[in-house]
Amino acid sequence: MARPAASTQGALPESVMGAILRDAALCALVALGLCLPLIAYRMDPGPGSDLVLVPRWGLVAILCAITFGVRLGQRLLLLRRDARRALTPAPAQATEAVGGEPDAGQKVSKIGLKLFVAVALSLPVLATLATGDLGSARYWIDLGILILTYVMLGWGLNIVVGLAGLLDLGYVAFYAVGAYSYALLSTTFGLSFWVCLPLAGLFAGLWGMLLGFPVLRLRGDYLAIVTLAFGEIIRLVLINWTDVTGGAAGVSSIPRATFFGIPFTADEDGFAARFGLEFDSMHRVVFLYYLILVLALITNLVTLRLRRLPIGRAWEALREDEIACRSLGIDTTATKLTAFALGAAFGGIAGSFFAVRQGFISPESFTFLESAIILAIVVLGGMGSQFGVAIAAVAMVAGPEMLRNLGGLKAVFGEGFDPNEYRLLLFGLAMVAMMVWRPRGLISVRMPSVTLGERKAISGAHVSEGHG
Amino acid sequence: MDVFLQQLINGLTLGSIYGLIAIGYTMVFGIIGMVNFAHGDVFMVSCFISLILFLLLTTWLGVTSIVLAFLVVLVLAMALTALWGWAIELVAYRPLRGSFRLAPLISAIGVSIFLSNFVQVVQGARNKSMPPVLSGGITVLEREGYTVVLSYKQGLIMVVTAVLLTGFWYLVQRTPFGRAQRACEQDRKMAALLGIDVDRTISLTFVLGAALAAVAGVLYVMYYGVVSFSDGFVPGVKAFTAAVLGGIGSLPGAVLGGLIIGLIETFWSAYFSIEYKDVAAFSILAIVLIFMPSGILGRPEVEKV
Repeated sequence: MARPAASTQGALPESVMGAILRDAALCALVALGLCLPLIAYRMDPGPGSDLVLVPRWGLVAILCAITFGVRLGQRLLLLRRDARRALTPAPAQATEAVGGEPDAGQKVSKIGLKLFVAVALSLPVLATLATGDLGSARYWIDLGILILTYVMLGWGLNIVVGLAGLLDLGYVAFYAVGAYSYALLSTTFGLSFWVCLPLAGLFAGLWGMLLGFPVLRLRGDYLAIVTLAFGEIIRLVLINWTDVTGGAAGVSSIPRATFFGIPFTADEDGFAARFGLEFDSMHRVVFLYYLILVLALITNLVTLRLRRLPIGRAWEALREDEIACRSLGIDTTATKLTAFALGAAFGGIAGSFFAVRQGFISPESFTFLESAIILAIVVLGGMGSQFGVAIAAVAMVAGPEMLRNLGGLKAVFGEGFDPNEYRLLLFGLAMVAMMVWRPRGLISVRMPSVTLGERKAISGAHVSEGHG
Repeated sequence: MDVFLQQLINGLTLGSIYGLIAIGYTMVFGIIGMVNFAHGDVFMVSCFISLILFLLLTTWLGVTSIVLAFLVVLVLAMALTALWGWAIELVAYRPLRGSFRLAPLISAIGVSIFLSNFVQVVQGARNKSMPPVLSGGITVLEREGYTVVLSYKQGLIMVVTAVLLTGFWYLVQRTPFGRAQRACEQDRKMAALLGIDVDRTISLTFVLGAALAAVAGVLYVMYYGVVSFSDGFVPGVKAFTAAVLGGIGSLPGAVLGGLIIGLIETFWSAYFSIEYKDVAAFSILAIVLIFMPSGILGRPEVEKV
């Protein structure tokens, strides 16, 4: 599988073809080795407690054939590309110039965010128009709520990872803190959602500071692992502290959101009666949709504004080079802590929204996988680009959701095929593929925060993310 | 005292398994400076491989000798898991060398998610349990109705770990590969200038780490008799804790750290609460990283500007 430089010059086409075939065969052989016991035999529960092995050599053969074909195709394509490159002279400089013309991605990102907000604002209307009535648009609005929750989480984490350059693998802990603050405050003390929302943000922010404080000295991978450990500790405490958190069973019958005090019920005090509307359970869903949209936009606005303030510039300076930062007299402690606290606060607010929307929460919703998904959204979005994060959230959340609808694949793979099973498998593969092909994310543009004269975008490839 | 002795035996057994996994983390970190997040899942894959191989040997091929079956499973599982380690490095990590700092870590998280869900898809989500083998043990101490037993399984785990670690130590200290590996660890560029094939050495490091994880996998399946697709994450984090505690980059440190973590976990479960044993492990990880990031036997990291 090692890639010998495909030298087309001087080598006979037959020998090249032979080498490619050999290479593809080798790949198929490796695939065979990888499949060998894991796919070739499936362990099924047999009679009694014993496991029975079910051979599946047909599947292994198919997978090896696919590997062979894909590798062959890839090598042939590479060969043609190399041949073409050999004919045309290479461009003088492959890297982009610093002040060069913005490319398509950079142009898109300028108007992209506005476009995104416009689409998001009109989604309930569009969905209703497309599906006929409000009730059948529910699926789309629910999906919109889910996407926007992740957009908000992505924007929140973007402050920590994208701007301050602190890799946080335990972000879901703050999401959990927010969700449990609302759930517990409302079920035990009967506080309303509107009181709890800022409180949840406050608590999560405090936790962010609390957890941020000990890790100030850590950088890079170590910081990532410690935040991962904190995230897991919080989840394990939520599971085991049964008296307070309800343990693995979680907290249920969390009060629903109200329209600033007016409940969404069918009686005369309800939202519909007060505003002279016909009662529709969809009112609540649409309200929740706009609520999360507003919360997400607040996150975005705060981030965009803060980036222009000294603290925002300090974050970005910290991301690029911590030592230089300290040498210039920037208080790295305060800078890191504000990033942690602010990111955590937005995570907590998103968490309390999650709790009010679900009406039920359990530690299962706050696993490491959730942190990984949010981090993947930020990284795929381009670490620091607000629009990129939004697009990445749509791709990461809606993409797997689309898998659910691919029932047609059942005809190809047989009745037992459930595309949803492959959701996370493909997610993991996508994460690797993304790093290999586009490690800088979709929109890897850096906008200088202070400029002399015209503001010019530079490619993310030019900035070295230092230690952090 | 009797309870203490029994827990000591249990802790050392568990610690041996953690130590074997920890070596994979510490070697990879030493040579390319990345946390191979997927290593715990490689271990989990090896558990499944060894379980299937064992079932194949005993039920289909009718091997009755447990010792023979164990040895064959051990060798084959090491080879097949090493192939996984090699392929993962080639596909997911090698293209990222020289990319930005966080890229390999994120790629490794992707590999980890892929592996656990891959196993879930191809083998089903249920726990797989293995028929009990090698029951019985040696009574170490018998007093006032409490017997301290070193089961044959535990004895086997300690012996296999000790033998393999000796072999491994020889490989790293006395062979050309070991010299190349240590050279790359010290200075990759200089090693390359002196004619060492750095890519090949890194590949071999992954292969070795995966093979040792496979040994841990075989022993784990035999000892606990049950494995599920999600069993890679927690042992992985604990083994990483062991590597950090021992001083990341240091091979004896990884084994020492593994034994300490195994002992802490067993004693915590025995004397405090079993529910919070994972919290204890994660807390140790955080505390060690924050207060003594160079570990017990590690070299302190010097930062150059």
